[in-house]
Amino acid sequence: MEFFAQQFINGLTLGSIYGLIAIGYTMVFGIIGMVNFAHGDVFMVSAFIALIAFLILTTWLGLSSVALVFLIVLVIAMALTSLWGWAIERVAYRPLRGSFRLAPLISAIGVSIFLSNFVQVVQGARNKPVPPLVRDVVVLYQNEQYTVTLSYKQAIIMVTTAVLLAGFWYLVQKTPFGRAQRAVEQDRRMAALLGINVDRTISLTFVLGAALAAVAGTLYLLYYGVVSFSDGFVPGVKAFTAAVLGGIGSLPGAVIGGIIIGLIETFWSAYFSIEYKDVAAFLILIVVLIFKPSGILGRPEVEKV
Amino acid sequence: MATGSTTPIPVTDRAEASALPSLIKDAGLFALVTLGLCVPIVSYRTDLGQGIGLVITSRWGTVFALCAAIFVLRLVQQLYLTGRARRRAARAPVAEGASRLAAILAPITLVIALTLPLLAALLTGSLGEGRYWIDLGILILTYVMLGWGLNIVVGLAGLLDLGYVAFYAVGAYSYALLSTVFGLSFWICLPLAGLFAAAFGVLLGFPVLRLRGDYLAIVTLAFGEIIRLVLINWTDFSGGAAGISSIPRVSFFGLPFTAGENGFAATFGLNFNAMHRLVFLYYLILALALVTNLVTLRMRRLPLGRAWEALREDEIACRSLGIDTTITKLTAFALGAMFAGFAGSFFAVRQAFVSPESFNFLESAIILAIVVLGGMGSQIGVAIAAIVMIGAPELLRNLGFLKAVFGEGFDPNEYRLLLFGLAMVAMMVFRPRGLISERTPSVTIAERGR
Repeated sequence: MEFFAQQFINGLTLGSIYGLIAIGYTMVFGIIGMVNFAHGDVFMVSAFIALIAFLILTTWLGLSSVALVFLIVLVIAMALTSLWGWAIERVAYRPLRGSFRLAPLISAIGVSIFLSNFVQVVQGARNKPVPPLVRDVVVLYQNEQYTVTLSYKQAIIMVTTAVLLAGFWYLVQKTPFGRAQRAVEQDRRMAALLGINVDRTISLTFVLGAALAAVAGTLYLLYYGVVSFSDGFVPGVKAFTAAVLGGIGSLPGAVIGGIIIGLIETFWSAYFSIEYKDVAAFLILIVVLIFKPSGILGRPEVEKV
Repeated sequence: MATGSTTPIPVTDRAEASALPSLIKDAGLFALVTLGLCVPIVSYRTDLGQGIGLVITSRWGTVFALCAAIFVLRLVQQLYLTGRARRRAARAPVAEGASRLAAILAPITLVIALTLPLLAALLTGSLGEGRYWIDLGILILTYVMLGWGLNIVVGLAGLLDLGYVAFYAVGAYSYALLSTVFGLSFWICLPLAGLFAAAFGVLLGFPVLRLRGDYLAIVTLAFGEIIRLVLINWTDFSGGAAGISSIPRVSFFGLPFTAGENGFAATFGLNFNAMHRLVFLYYLILALALVTNLVTLRMRRLPLGRAWEALREDEIACRSLGIDTTITKLTAFALGAMFAGFAGSFFAVRQAFVSPESFNFLESAIILAIVVLGGMGSQIGVAIAAIVMIGAPELLRNLGFLKAVFGEGFDPNEYRLLLFGLAMVAMMVFRPRGLISERTPSVTIAERGR
């Protein structure tokens, strides 16, 4: 039971990170119907930005307040990654609207290959470790054999995720931008006729997705303390799995899916085999896509001629 | 911006002169965005230092050079585009040029491919000296074959397969295991490898029949990754991450390429030369690739091939017209997979070593990039794309002046995938139908041609 509780906490932490990335997939899919294959690599780029910002703040500027460093790194990573998200949409996806069906996906694969190799060229191929920012843990429960702990890191990750999701939910549900976003998602042409700037809305969707990926990237760096240029692919696929599992296009679905995937991965590693943990994620993806492509909260897709 | 002063673009005409300030502003904006993108990921490089932590070094020079390059490129592109738009308006569109180019290129490429070992031997002095070129030829032809195989699935049937390398792996491991465990010869294993791969193709094909385009792509990607992860982790079966080594070499239909009495050289009364095997391998992959090409070309004339292309254009219309999409998709998967299986077992016999790392997603992406750059459906386009994408980085590596420009540590191979990625995006944006857009429909309606 104690072991289970500990794994549950670990899974929830991992799931928060997947959920944050999954939102980027689900929003983009909802609004322009494409799988943004490069999103995982945007996440990886954001982790690198956070890494460098962190190093500059701590070694060059000598900041020692953990909370301040974390906040500044988060803001820098979000801002600069948003720019990446915006630029990618502008250069690689916008000109393809109205092109043939698979063009955006192929372009996205190109962006994905470009991003990971770009980072490899400019930052080198080796793993980049950072010293742990926070080490403290809270002991939640203790008996003779086993201790259940919640580390500060995990707490920070869960709280940050929760706060940002609340803010994000407010943005989509209550603000003019959110209304425009949902309108474009439902019917792009009608939204344009009603005076919504479709291009700008789509751009902003990418920016938001990238910003949330940056949060995930920063938290990932905080949690694992290491990042490499190839770290975008597998978390990207898992987050996509989360988005599909939750019902692609549905925002709460993405978060729920992320948490489910995080829990499954953690429990699978803990109880079965750690080698096959990625296989588990891929199998879930295949099974969900084949048997319930609309996911948990998604609307079934109607094929129209 | 420091880059604002570097604008010696000749002003040729009055209309452009009036537009120039806005063009410069536009290019400046591009440079500014580039600057934003480069901070901090280009401007500060992190390296593992002597101690425990990472060491940062700043590289603002590179960043500004990059911004300047983007500025100039954007300006040139804009000037070129406005110039071209005017020229295009003045003249009737030329559409036939591309296919005529393909008609000329195809025989030339074929002749060079057929005589490459001879050319290599003549130009470098001896067969041994030409080894590099023959090796490169084998490498390129392997990708040509894979590209043609994937072309059946992606280019003809319009099913985006991101896990194609899985079938390549199945073929490679089929030969590796059958030959090392059961001692079967390459010539028995080759068709078996094709069959196994085709069976895997059907196995993958069945569950994904109902999926639409991008879901299908993602499922095939997951399938490819699962195969690779199983190969890594199922050590008893596949040797795990260490792979399988000392796979038997290829024989000349039973005659081994050895110096002994029963060897190939002795039987045909030739002096033994280690290059014989390499030349044989070269012609083997050439033959396999040409068979792939021939089958594809013939299939396009069959009802099944027509059904593939119909499926690519519109699945719903296809179903409404009574075409069995199940059979159509499955055959495309199976046939494409079979050729990957052949190529895989060739790969295993050439390397004499297979490991899961040769079959990662990047490999799938490279093959897909070749098909996409070739124009998704054009046979000669795929071949040329493979030559350019696989051959060019190899050639660039040997060019001395690049080292002089970019410094001693410059290795074009490092930039190869980066350029692949950029090229894929650029293709989709500028020429979605491929470099040589020869992909004409097999059937055209004469009265209402577009």
